[in-house]
Amino acid sequence: MSTKVKDASIPTIPFKARLSRWFGRNLLRIYMVFGFTYLFIPVAYTFAFSFNDSGKSNLIWKGFTLDNWQNPCGAPQICTALGNSIKIGLLATTFATILGTMIAFAIGRYHFKGRSSSNLLIFLPMATPEIVLGASLLSLFLVFKVNPGFWPTVIAHVMFCISFVVVTVKARIASLDPRLEQAAMDLYANEFETFRRVTLPLVAPGIAGAALLAFSLSFDDFIITNFNSGTMMTFPKFVYVAAARGIPAQANVIGSSMFFLALAIVIAGQIVNRRKAR
Amino acid sequence: MRTALPKVRVPYLLLFPGFAFLFTFFILPIVNLAQTSTQTPISGGDTGQYEQTFAFGNYIDAFLENREQFARSFVYATLATIFALAIAYPLAYAIAFKSGKFKNILLVLVVAPFFTSFLLRTIAWKQILGEEGFLVPTLRNLHLLGPQTTITSTSVAVVAGMTYNFLPFMTLPLYASLERIDPRTIEASGDLYANGITTFRRVTVPLSMPGVVAGTLLTFIPAAGDYVNAAILGSPNTKMIGNVIESRYFKIVDYPTAAALSFTLMAAILILVTLYIRKAGTEELV
Amino acid sequence: MAIDPIEARGDLRLTRITKSYGDFKAVDDLTLTIPKGSFFALLGPSGCGKTTTLRMVAGLEEPTVGSIHLGETDITTTRPYQRPINTVFQNYALFPHLTIFENIAFGLRRRGLKDVKEQVEKVLNLVELPHLAGRKPTQLSGGQQQRIALARAIVNRPALLLLDEPLGALDLKLRRQMQIELKWIQREVGLTFVHVTHDQEEAMTMADTIAVMNEGKIEQMGTPADLYDDPETAFVANFLGQSNLIKGKIDGSDGDNLVIDLFGQKISMAKSRSHAVDSSLYAGIRPEKFRISRTGTQVRGNTLTGGRIEDVSYIGVSTQYVVAMPWGQELMVFEQNDDGVPPFNKGEEVVISWEPTFTFGLRGDEDVEAGTEVNPEELDE
Repeated sequence: MSTKVKDASIPTIPFKARLSRWFGRNLLRIYMVFGFTYLFIPVAYTFAFSFNDSGKSNLIWKGFTLDNWQNPCGAPQICTALGNSIKIGLLATTFATILGTMIAFAIGRYHFKGRSSSNLLIFLPMATPEIVLGASLLSLFLVFKVNPGFWPTVIAHVMFCISFVVVTVKARIASLDPRLEQAAMDLYANEFETFRRVTLPLVAPGIAGAALLAFSLSFDDFIITNFNSGTMMTFPKFVYVAAARGIPAQANVIGSSMFFLALAIVIAGQIVNRRKAR
Repeated sequence: MRTALPKVRVPYLLLFPGFAFLFTFFILPIVNLAQTSTQTPISGGDTGQYEQTFAFGNYIDAFLENREQFARSFVYATLATIFALAIAYPLAYAIAFKSGKFKNILLVLVVAPFFTSFLLRTIAWKQILGEEGFLVPTLRNLHLLGPQTTITSTSVAVVAGMTYNFLPFMTLPLYASLERIDPRTIEASGDLYANGITTFRRVTVPLSMPGVVAGTLLTFIPAAGDYVNAAILGSPNTKMIGNVIESRYFKIVDYPTAAALSFTLMAAILILVTLYIRKAGTEELV
Repeated sequence: MAIDPIEARGDLRLTRITKSYGDFKAVDDLTLTIPKGSFFALLGPSGCGKTTTLRMVAGLEEPTVGSIHLGETDITTTRPYQRPINTVFQNYALFPHLTIFENIAFGLRRRGLKDVKEQVEKVLNLVELPHLAGRKPTQLSGGQQQRIALARAIVNRPALLLLDEPLGALDLKLRRQMQIELKWIQREVGLTFVHVTHDQEEAMTMADTIAVMNEGKIEQMGTPADLYDDPETAFVANFLGQSNLIKGKIDGSDGDNLVIDLFGQKISMAKSRSHAVDSSLYAGIRPEKFRISRTGTQVRGNTLTGGRIEDVSYIGVSTQYVVAMPWGQELMVFEQNDDGVPPFNKGEEVVISWEPTFTFGLRGDEDVEAGTEVNPEELDE
C-alpha cells in the first residue's frame, strides 16, 4: 500500500513551514520538561543522599551505602518523631474529613440562610497565615492552662485541614448531576437510601482525595505544629532542629519513602478510577 | 410512623459540629489574640505574665520596630508570587492543552514533590546551592560568580525558595481554570484574525482569571507569613515578619508584641486580598 | 502577513489532500473545487473526514500532503488568522467573558477596522437580535447563540464561511427555521458557504452542491436532486434517504434501456443510470417511487408480483408498508395518502409497480448495508 516512490503530482509542504510548526507545537512540551526537572531536583537530591555513607552530617557525598535504608531508625529520636507525625496525621485526617464533609454537604446541597457567611468562615482560615493560626491557638491554650503537646497539635491540624476538605468535597458535590439523585428517588429509594446508594459512592473519590490532601498537609506541617507541640517531636520538627547541625541521612530515607508511598497511593487511585470508569 | 426531620434543620445540623470546632479553635483564638495584643507586662511579675491595659500603643511600637521586616515580607511574597505565576502558567497551560492522555499523570507529578517533606526539599536546595554543593564552585571556576559571592544566605535564595515551595499552590488552580476553557474558543480567536499573542491576551488570560486569582492568593498568603525559607536559606539580613513573631513567642516570651504583629500581618493581608479580589472582579473564589 | 481578502476571493481548490494520524488516514487523497458564491455541503457520518477537511481549510490543521488554494493564493500553511476565512463552530465557541457586542467586534478589532460599532449593529440587525448586544453568551438561548456565532463570522465579510455542524445543538423545529434563515442570509451577503453536517436533510435543504464523504474520500458529488435520484454507490443510496436495493442480473438490452432479471421477474431501466461494471447489479428504487396495488389489478411500468403486506404504519402524510417478497426480501413502500383509498391490511397479497425511469443500478459487488448503520456516537452529538 504505502509506496516510498514520490508522486510528483502531490503538492508537498515546504520544510521550513513544517519546522516552524513543529517548534510552535512543541515549545510548551519542551518547557514542561524543564519545569518538571526544576520541581524534582531537590526530590532527586534527597533520594540520592539517602544512600550517602555520611555519618552524622549529610552534606558532602562520601560514598554509597545501603545502611541508612536498612536502619532508618538509626538516628536518635527520628522514629519517635515519625510515629508522632503519623499518629497526628491519621487522627487529624479522620476528624477533619468527617467534619469537613458534613459542612461540604450542607453548603453544596442546601440553600439556607447564612450560606454565604458559612462560605466566608471556610475561606478565612485559608486566608490567614499559618503563623497567625499557630500563634493564636497557642495563646488560647496558654490562657486555659493547656500545655502544648500531642492533643493540642491534633486540634490545630484538624482546624487548618477542615477548610481544605470542605473545598475539595464541595467541588465534587457541585460536579454531580442532581438528576441522578432524582432518578434514585424515582426508583423507590428514600432519602437515606439515595444518599447511601447513589450520592455517597459518587462523592467518595472527592472525600478520598480530601483525606489524602489533609494527611499530607498535616504530615508536612511545621509552622503551626511548632507553636502547639511543646517538647513533642514530629518529623518536620526533627528535620528543622537537625538542620542546624546537619541532617542525618535517615531523614532522607524517610522523606524518600513517604514520596514513593504517596505516589503509589495516588497512582493506584487513578488506576482504580480508570477501571471503574470502564 | 416515621417522623422525618424538618427539612430546614438538616443543613444546620450538618454544619453544627464543624462550625462549633472552627468557632472554638479558630474564631476564639483570634479574638483572644486581639486581647493579648493590648496587654502589658505585670509590674514585678515573672517573664510571660501580662495584664490587660488596652495598650494600643503596642501596635505602633511593634510596627515601627519591625517595619523593615514587614516591608521585606511583602516584597518577598510579592516577588515569589510573580515568579511562581510566571513559571506555573506555561506549565499549567501545557498540562491542560498539550498533554493528551498523560494529563492525570502530569498532575500527580506536580503535586508529587509535596510528598517529600518541604523542609527536606528546602534543605536540599540549600545544599545544592551552598558552598559545598557543586554548582557554586563550578560557577566560580567559570567566572560567572565572584569568589566572594554566594547564592545561599541572600534574599535571592529566600525568594527562590519560596517560589519553589509554593509552586504547586499556583499550578493547580491555574490548571483547574485553564482546563475548563473550551479549546474551540481559542481556535475561534485564531479564526477571527487574532495571532497567538493577541489570543493569549484577549481570550486565554481573561478566561483563566479565576485560576490566576486563586493561585496568587494561595501563594501570597502563606509566603507573606512564612519564616522557614528565610530561616533556612537566608541570613539575619533577610529576616521576615514571621521570624520576628516566632522569636517573640519562643525566645523573648513577649506575647503582646507577637500578638500585635500577628494581628497586623493578618489585617494587612486581608485588606490586600479584598482589594485584589475587587480589582480582579472574581466573585466565586473558593 | 495577512492575505488580501479581495484578491483571494475566488474558488476554493483542494488538491490531493491527505491528512494522516499515524496509520489512520482521516482524509485520503482528496481533490475538490468549491466554486465562489456557492452553498456547498460536506455530508457524511462522523469520522468520515469532513470535519478534518473543514479544519484544514480553516487553518486549524495542516494537511500531511496536498495543497489548498483560495483564488490564486496558496493558503496551505498560512495561520488561521491570516486567512480570509471564518468559521461558525460547533457549539458556537462564543467567548464567555465578552459581551455579544464584543464577541462580534472581535474580528473587526483584530483587523484594526474603523467603523466597528456601525458594522456590529448592522449584522445584529441582520440576525434580528439587536437588543442582545449588552448580554453575555451564557444568558442566551441555543438558537440565539447560533445566530450570534453566525454574525460574529459574517461581519468580517470572509471570502469563505465555514459552518461546522452549526445546527446540531438545536431542536428540530428551530433547526428547520435556521436552515431557511441561513440560506436566506447566504443569498443576502453573497458569500461562499461550506457546510459540514451528518444530517442529510439539512444538507439537502440548504446546499446547491453536496459532496458525500465516507472514509476520507468523496463518494459522490452533485446537486441534491442528482444525488437522490441517481446515487452511484450503495453508501450514497442509503445515507441520503432510504433505498430498496434488489439483487439482479443484466439480461439484455432494448434500445436505451437495459432488461434486468430480478429473481425471475423482468424489469427495465435506463442504461445511463446503471453504474454496474459487469452483468451483476443491484436495482435501486426509492420507497416513495413504488406504487402498491391489490393482486390482479392492471398496473403500468415495472412490476413485481407475489408481495404480501407484512407491516403497516400510518404517519399522516403517508402510509409506510413493509412488503415481503417471494425471495425473502422485505421492501419499503411509502404511499401518499392522497387518493381516498383505505390503506391495505396486513397479510394482503399485492403487486408493486413503478416507472422504469426511477430505477438506478449499482455495482453487483456492493455492500448493500453501507451507509445504513447508525453510529452510536452520532446520537450524542
